[in-house]
Amino acid sequence: MQQETVRAGTIETTYREAVKQAIRDAIKRDERVFLMGEDVGRYGGCYAVSKGLLAEFGPERIRDTPLSESGFTGAGIGAAMAGMRPIVEVMTVNFSLLALDQIMNTAATVRHMSGNQFGVPLVIRMATGAGKQLAAQHSHSLEGWYAHIPGIKVLAPATLEDARGMLWTALQDPDPVLIFENVMLYNMSGKLAADAGAVDIDKAAVRRPGSDISLVTYGGSLWKTLEAATALAVEGIEAEVVDLRSLRPLDDATIMASVAKTRRAVIVDEGWRSGSLAAEVGMRIVEQAFWSLDAPLGRVCSEEVPIPYPAHLENAAIPQADKVVAAAKAALGRK
Amino acid sequence: MTARADKPHLSREHMLDILKKMIRIRRFEDKCAELYTQEKIRGFLHLYDGEEAVAAGVIPVLDQRDHIVATYREHGHALVRGVPMTKVMAEMYGKQEGCSHGRGGSMHLFDRDYNFHGGNAIVGGGLPMAVGLALADHMRGGDHVIACFFGEGAVAEGEFHESMNLAALWGLPVLFVCENNLYAMGTALALSESETDIEHKAACYKIDAEAVDGMDVVAVEAAARRAVHAVRGSRKPYFLECRTYRLRAHSMFDAQLYREKSEIEAWRHREPIVRFQTWLQANHIIHPDDVPRIEADVDAEIADAVAFAEAGTWEPVGELTRFTYAESAGLAGQ
Amino acid sequence: MAEFRMPSLGADMEAGTLVQWLVKPGDRVKHGDIIAVVETQKGAIEIESFQTGQIEKFLVDVGTKVPVGTPLAEIRTEGETKPAAAPAAALPKAPAAPKPKVPPASAAAPSPVQAPVRAPATPPAAPAAPGARVSPAARRLAEQRGIDLSTVSGTGPQGAITYADVEARLGVAGAPAAAPERKRAPALNLDAMRTAIAAAMARSKREIPHYYLEHQVDVTACEQWLAQKNAALPPDARLLIGVLALKAVALAARRYPAFNGFYRDNKFEPSQAVHTGVAIAIRGGGLTAPALHDADKLTLDDLMGRMRDLIQRTRAGRIRSSEIADPTITVSSLGERGVEALYGIIYPPQVAIIGFGKVVVRPWIVDGAIGPRSVVTITLSADHRVSDGHAGALFLAEIGRLLQEPDKL
Repeated sequence: MQQETVRAGTIETTYREAVKQAIRDAIKRDERVFLMGEDVGRYGGCYAVSKGLLAEFGPERIRDTPLSESGFTGAGIGAAMAGMRPIVEVMTVNFSLLALDQIMNTAATVRHMSGNQFGVPLVIRMATGAGKQLAAQHSHSLEGWYAHIPGIKVLAPATLEDARGMLWTALQDPDPVLIFENVMLYNMSGKLAADAGAVDIDKAAVRRPGSDISLVTYGGSLWKTLEAATALAVEGIEAEVVDLRSLRPLDDATIMASVAKTRRAVIVDEGWRSGSLAAEVGMRIVEQAFWSLDAPLGRVCSEEVPIPYPAHLENAAIPQADKVVAAAKAALGRK
Repeated sequence: MTARADKPHLSREHMLDILKKMIRIRRFEDKCAELYTQEKIRGFLHLYDGEEAVAAGVIPVLDQRDHIVATYREHGHALVRGVPMTKVMAEMYGKQEGCSHGRGGSMHLFDRDYNFHGGNAIVGGGLPMAVGLALADHMRGGDHVIACFFGEGAVAEGEFHESMNLAALWGLPVLFVCENNLYAMGTALALSESETDIEHKAACYKIDAEAVDGMDVVAVEAAARRAVHAVRGSRKPYFLECRTYRLRAHSMFDAQLYREKSEIEAWRHREPIVRFQTWLQANHIIHPDDVPRIEADVDAEIADAVAFAEAGTWEPVGELTRFTYAESAGLAGQ
Repeated sequence: MAEFRMPSLGADMEAGTLVQWLVKPGDRVKHGDIIAVVETQKGAIEIESFQTGQIEKFLVDVGTKVPVGTPLAEIRTEGETKPAAAPAAALPKAPAAPKPKVPPASAAAPSPVQAPVRAPATPPAAPAAPGARVSPAARRLAEQRGIDLSTVSGTGPQGAITYADVEARLGVAGAPAAAPERKRAPALNLDAMRTAIAAAMARSKREIPHYYLEHQVDVTACEQWLAQKNAALPPDARLLIGVLALKAVALAARRYPAFNGFYRDNKFEPSQAVHTGVAIAIRGGGLTAPALHDADKLTLDDLMGRMRDLIQRTRAGRIRSSEIADPTITVSSLGERGVEALYGIIYPPQVAIIGFGKVVVRPWIVDGAIGPRSVVTITLSADHRVSDGHAGALFLAEIGRLLQEPDKL
């Protein structure tokens, strides 16, 4: 990134830093909020998100846990039921599978199953995604799986504003909210308004307007999609990039407005292709915007393999800007 | 009831109250069995026959402000806690007048008014929740006790170990009550645990523990008083193993191929109601007409509850997706 | 008298087999006593009585499998003259469905469709505006056939133009069915049809030695009879002369079986039944000749009705495969088109085809004098492997003779 003069009222920061400030802000403003997870305290967070927070807030508010995903996620659920507003950090989505029973069978069900007597105002943050050569067990993108479950909400902040602002809104929500932070974004730097604060958690955003094709995506894939849009523009194709931001609920209105305009869509999703969130978005487009379509829908997803270790294979396995460009051109009947 | 001293007060009034609590559970469960065979109650039904002394011994010792987490075999716990029998029966029927609005059924009884956090169909699934409830209380500097009931089958689940460890590590006011009825569905304890002395396991987590004869309601109450007192005072967890036996099958549709009839009969002679009643009679604490009177009262209450459930209404299908999310959030949450 | 019934012991238990009684009639039982053993898919389960009383009698034999809820025994309960029967295990009434919330705007039901009857061109209701909804399939067909979509009216969801709408615009296959669940033969595909016709006609000419006979028949009597008969009938019930011809052919075919049947495997199989194939032209260039079954047995009114129906359905693409396969002899008429005689090609495996030209008023000798008569030329194309000209002549003469007595048809 080029060094630019920082404009008054904005700060130069990173995604990691933005998440940290969101946590700090929430803990300071709301005494019910506390952070709980593996290595969030003394270690400073696996991705250094919570570095320094233990010293600032103490071990009751920044709570290190043993390696007990099910235990501490369930504890977060219980604490939330009893009126606290915990932030449970599951180190990565890969380990969340150990807590899946608590998430699906307790957090997601309690309100409906108890006839609205008990709610679970819990936030669970998880790192997600591939790209660091961490191999098969550490590279999953399971946002789509979680977005399948009624009773919870699923977010994918992809920008600094969203990393900074979604957490507070999620903490105020009376229902469980899962926030997925793509590992490739933590180091991303950029400008953020100095007074950046809470943002909504239920609307998609058009990150780049266009008229020829809608590229619908979320999370880590947003930036690759924007890169693809730039490349397409060179060839005279103006792509509109839609950042879903919320994966459950999906913002149909924004998606359909875009497709109505461009008449074509490619969905970019780092999950595996079959049964992916891209499939869900595609189906909704067919259900709601069929008559607008001028080309078959396309999607760029991860190849159906466990993510491999060597860089060239890992890169080939997950979405990349050039694959998005190719899919977009195919939709336009161009080679 | 307020927290009292360690020892139960063996007044006639108290004894009759305990006896009635147990008879009330037994007869309620009986009626549920009958209704189930008539298809009024559907799904799964897990009955508490033989284990009444645990709920009747422990729960009255807790305060209103304390919390209870239970399992799918929780009708007795809900009733002793005070959840109205009408609401419990209506819930069994699936009517919206039930304590979970008819949505949960037998395995998911919830009642916020009594801090009764359910009914859970996942073995071991409630333990982390209990830890969390206790964590909240701890962080607010409260003095609640979170009583968490589970069967001995749950000690095989990872969640048991994670929860015990967390409660001990962080010093949380959880009273872990293990109802050891010797069978996890159809698997005998000896076939599933390398260490069958359940109480022993608490020591690995440095949690104070006690084992008690779960068929002796007086012993259970005494142990519960010690336990609740300890938790409330020390703000540390406590582990109470209640050794009991399940007289009926695991659920209604169980041929009990895994245990001998003679074993069941032997335990039947030691079951808590018979045992307590015999003792009370032998010690002239109860009079000849006490039990018939209790039974008549209980039967009348049950008949009333059945009528209430029968007259109950079905939640309109149009309401199906309501309360998947909180209404105040204002989102479709689809 | 109370009933002890086969209990439901689980959500997936539908029936149980009574394998043992643990009591006998006359025994006293009380609430909670185990009184029988039932075999289920999970094994033998002991079942208890929820009543107190005396076993009166058994209602089911040991070893019988009965559904849940079946009474197994009668129990005379204590202290009740009229025993309280076990509450009828009536399952709860399905909750009355509240009015479903209809999502606004998006209409699910397609707009009702008027099937255009035999009108040649359906006047378009509203031409497709630019940006109107057009299905991909419709768009493609329109492109292939050079149809301007603005001239097509849509009958799909929300007024969208569908494939069938474009087809209708082409004048092919009639209206899209409003009730898609009606069974129908696959929609007419003209390209496939012409290919099939080409194959059949080529084969016919290759394999069947045709001979041709012609006969001019005075049908004045028919016309007069028809005029009289039709005067009393509403327009849609009136008979056409074509139906008299069909009936005459059918009756004659019964008398001359060499013209009614199939030539297969080097031999002729005469048909007991007479199913007259009626050649029907289809807009756009198709041709098919589905059967009127048992035409010889139908009354003229019936025959007329069925013919109308057949034509309508044929043009709408809704003929049944049996109707295609079954004709035992075919009649083709081009009278409406103004042709005086038509020499048809036999549809294999049939062995004859009768052609009717137009009815022409000609000068004719009747009783020694010249006068105008309505005359039609009937032709016979027949398979010489099966019949000779001699038989053919008799056959044609018979048809002519039958048409002199229309009231007997």
